[in-house]
Amino acid sequence: MSRARADEEEYWHSSKFRAFTFDDEDDELSQLKESKRAVNSLRDIVDDDDDDLEKVSWSGDPVGSISWSIKETASSSTSSLESRDSSLQKGYSSYSAFPKQASSYSLSSLFKGRNKLPSFQSLSDALSDTGVKNYAPELRRPKAEYKDYSSDWSPKDTVRRMQRGKVCSLERFRSLQDKLVLLDEAVAGHDGNIITAVLIFLKRTLRKEILFQELEVRQVALCHLIHFLKETGEQKLLLDLLRFLDRTEEVALSQYREHLNIQDVEKRREFLKGCIGLPFSAEDTSHVQDHYTLLERQIIIEANDRHLETAGQSEIFRKYPRKASILNMPLVTTLFYSCFYHYTEAEGTFSSPTNLKKTFKIPDKQYVLTALAARAKLRAWNDVDALFTTKNWLGYTKKKAPIGFHRVVEILQRNNAPVQVLQEYVRLVEDVETQLNLATKYKCHDVVIDTYRDLKDRIQLAAYRCKVERGSAEEEKIDSILNNTQIRWKN
Amino acid sequence: MAFAGRRDAPEPPDFAILKRLARDQLIYLLEQLPGRKDLFIEADLMSPLDRIANVSILKQHEVDKLYKVENRPTSSTSDQFCFLVRPRIKTMKYIADIINADKMAGRSRKYKIIFSPQKFYACEMVLEEEGVFGDVSCDEWSFYLLPLDDDIISMELPEFFRDYFLEGDHRWINCVARALQLLNSLYGPFSKAYGIGRCAKMSYELWRDLEEESESDSQGRKPEIGNVFLMDRDTDYVTALCSQVVYEGLVDDTFRIKCGSVDFGPDVTSSDKSIKVLLNSQDKVFSQIRNEHFSSVFGFLSQKSRNLQAQYDRRRGMDIKQMKNFVSQELKGLKQEHRLLSLHIGACESIMKKKTKQDFQEMIKTEHSLLEGFDIRESTSFIEEHIDRQVSPIESLRLMCLLSITENGLIPKDYRSLKTQYLQSYGPEHLLTFHNLKRIGLLTEQSPGETLTAVESKVSKLVTDRAAGKITDAFNSLARKSNFRGISKKLGLIPRVDGEYDLKMPRDMAYVFSGAYIPLSCKIIEQVLERKSWLGLEEVLRLLNGNEFSVTESAGEDSPAWESQRIILTVFLGGCTFSEIAALRFLGKEKGYKFIFLTTAITNSARMMEAMIETKA
Repeated sequence: MSRARADEEEYWHSSKFRAFTFDDEDDELSQLKESKRAVNSLRDIVDDDDDDLEKVSWSGDPVGSISWSIKETASSSTSSLESRDSSLQKGYSSYSAFPKQASSYSLSSLFKGRNKLPSFQSLSDALSDTGVKNYAPELRRPKAEYKDYSSDWSPKDTVRRMQRGKVCSLERFRSLQDKLVLLDEAVAGHDGNIITAVLIFLKRTLRKEILFQELEVRQVALCHLIHFLKETGEQKLLLDLLRFLDRTEEVALSQYREHLNIQDVEKRREFLKGCIGLPFSAEDTSHVQDHYTLLERQIIIEANDRHLETAGQSEIFRKYPRKASILNMPLVTTLFYSCFYHYTEAEGTFSSPTNLKKTFKIPDKQYVLTALAARAKLRAWNDVDALFTTKNWLGYTKKKAPIGFHRVVEILQRNNAPVQVLQEYVRLVEDVETQLNLATKYKCHDVVIDTYRDLKDRIQLAAYRCKVERGSAEEEKIDSILNNTQIRWKN
Repeated sequence: MAFAGRRDAPEPPDFAILKRLARDQLIYLLEQLPGRKDLFIEADLMSPLDRIANVSILKQHEVDKLYKVENRPTSSTSDQFCFLVRPRIKTMKYIADIINADKMAGRSRKYKIIFSPQKFYACEMVLEEEGVFGDVSCDEWSFYLLPLDDDIISMELPEFFRDYFLEGDHRWINCVARALQLLNSLYGPFSKAYGIGRCAKMSYELWRDLEEESESDSQGRKPEIGNVFLMDRDTDYVTALCSQVVYEGLVDDTFRIKCGSVDFGPDVTSSDKSIKVLLNSQDKVFSQIRNEHFSSVFGFLSQKSRNLQAQYDRRRGMDIKQMKNFVSQELKGLKQEHRLLSLHIGACESIMKKKTKQDFQEMIKTEHSLLEGFDIRESTSFIEEHIDRQVSPIESLRLMCLLSITENGLIPKDYRSLKTQYLQSYGPEHLLTFHNLKRIGLLTEQSPGETLTAVESKVSKLVTDRAAGKITDAFNSLARKSNFRGISKKLGLIPRVDGEYDLKMPRDMAYVFSGAYIPLSCKIIEQVLERKSWLGLEEVLRLLNGNEFSVTESAGEDSPAWESQRIILTVFLGGCTFSEIAALRFLGKEKGYKFIFLTTAITNSARMMEAMIETKA
């Protein structure tokens, strides 16, 4: 804020805006130039031609902004605009004889007069411009130019005028042919605002089947109508249109989308149930089915757990109160939740992790990552251990993971696993270099020492000696290895 | 400081006048509702408004209370309500509700809606339908252009991207044309226009239409900007999807620069409050590091701190008079510099902390592999793991899109499995996100036999067989194949590295991506400017799906001595990133150009991805 104020001060104090003096010519010249530019540009902003009448009616009275900014920013401005300004003033005074105008508080609203009228589409509005003409006959335009202009514009001119923000009635485009020419002109004009305006008119004056049919071969206009219907929330018509176009998948998705607006979970569940039969692609059908099943589960789990929590008999809920409800959470979050609170439950219950895994066909990788994170968070290292232990047919146990062990280490470390636990997994990292890096990073001394020994790297081992604590078991171990004459060091 | 044989880039024109124009018009509009009034401002307009006016200006023009437009009925006692809004259906309904509630309660007030940058017919239709059309007066605030910096002008229309590229709505093209018209009248006439993309073409045509009608007297005026280059965002999605590593881009990715300023939180300020900082060339520290690769920023900052320390240290051994001088003349500047330095150092620290936490290194490596096109399997499993671990949903989407675009779509098997895992990790409703991404062409599935979609075949049915063949061809080429590999090869976007790429002394624009990739968008601009046409780029254009143009507007080109010929207005339709800005600034320095950036909004990968997500109405 203070900076903004400083900016502003700078703005007012900067030389360009000093009072006029004849002394420093250069400065003033540039000021002139600037002011002229300002004025020119304003003309461009404010949709300008000499036709004062219409100009103000739609684009919101920029006329006055010229006069205003002439005073403010361009005291040295040049002729044409000033004269226009004064003519406007004249117009103003002549208008003020009509007190019935919509409001009396602004120049622009007097000019407009149109303020109170309904929008351009309505029949009554078709004659609007002539209305203005009646009480402003003295304005500068030659009369000839006014003639019939409410009905004579070609489709192209109509589009053009609308683009310039002028009131234009579309009511006279009554034949289908005329309507379509108008639409095509609008599309050719590249202004989406106008395309939509014409579509609104067409939508109102054509049976939908006819409109849809014509839009099918007019892709640009079609996009505009679809977007418009989405924005205004005319869902029924939108679905009719998409069905007509045979865009069945979009019909389905568009209906499915509505669930986002349903707050109540029970209602949402019901709604999703209804979505399952919609014409999704085979793949998406199963996603939507899963969505429904998931929410159904969550509702059951939520009810149970809230009960458990309030009853206060379950230790886990007492120890780790829930931070948020599980409703509407993604599947993986739900799995994490169930691994956290319901890890040991039998597969038969809805909240058990194994049940979730089966129901939603969660891949091993995903399951292990999630379970690992949950159990590590609880510091249940035995569970972590069990997660990776497999027995082969001879009864030997072996550690296996569907994800790299470096990831396992990372997750354990993030949950502050003790070194004993950590180093067991660091040892399992296959790539020696990564293993060594991790071991060093997380201070798994045993692993580092053993690795250097296996690599027969005396120098590194000796160097590592100073990283372990004096007099510790690790130091002793290093010493004993270094003194071992049996090892053939590579250096 | 001209080097031999190297032309200095000309100075950019002064854009302050744009702010003044916008402010003046706003004040005028406010005065159209004389007397005290409450002003309701759309959230999206607040930051832009802040940049051109402030509360005291509003107060001067009898604005009493300020409200944010949102879904909450107000209990104001004011007799006049003024709404400063974007032209949106939703907002119209909000306003209509307020008016109708007043009517029910028998309250009478005056209402005025000021649309920025323009009014839409659809909005008026809603007002009419809601029965409030005559109760409210409407105005337009033609605030198209907000100068964010010496060389950046933003239209602050982030919705442009979704509206045009996803929904196919042309509603903002008129605004672009008007913006061009305004700039042309202030700083033109532009003598040469280049462009690529359908939207670029339409914007150009509409602008020419406007010019023809207005017949402004640009003759004989000496232009300040000579060339204009328009580009559609979909010409190059790859660049926008990459992680940014130049400082300004990184700050944007990490903290989100909004309208040229950023909120540095407590982790940066190392205090308990947030600080809002304006980031532009006025910031002496920032202006020197904004375009630098992040790795060179630390060195610079520490050097700078040492200098600062040295300057402070000079105090010792000063006599009273010297000390007085020091305090009155230098101390303020030093303090200011000190403040800025500590802020940017804090920002760097915070960035480092965040990035190391999310294996940034590994992610960058994956991105580079995707750009170069090797180790695709490995990258795919990296992305998969990223999803499984529930790391940021936006990042996961971004990586998938990058994979898709660089590979011309995902193999169906990968597509299915990544999508399933994504929905499981981040929520099933992202089904809609995937659909949107497919429609816009950011995340697609390679189809085995290039089968026609329902629309295509339906359209073909309606025309004769021979024409149908043509239409099918047209559709196939429009199937938005990105052809990234081919383009990359043709334009040499992946620099050959012999030895280490020196990021402190960059040799090409690739430095903005650690030397791994030259941004496609910027390379196209470079090539066209060099040739002064599209000649020789036919093959690339074919791969880019064409829609290029190059028009000489006026005979002004006869005087190439004009500095203005080296000032290029680059228009990014659908947003541009700070990395692209940095790359072109670099190019400008090398070749003696000055680029002015006009963008519908500053964007980055996260904003693009977020624009694809459906939210509740």
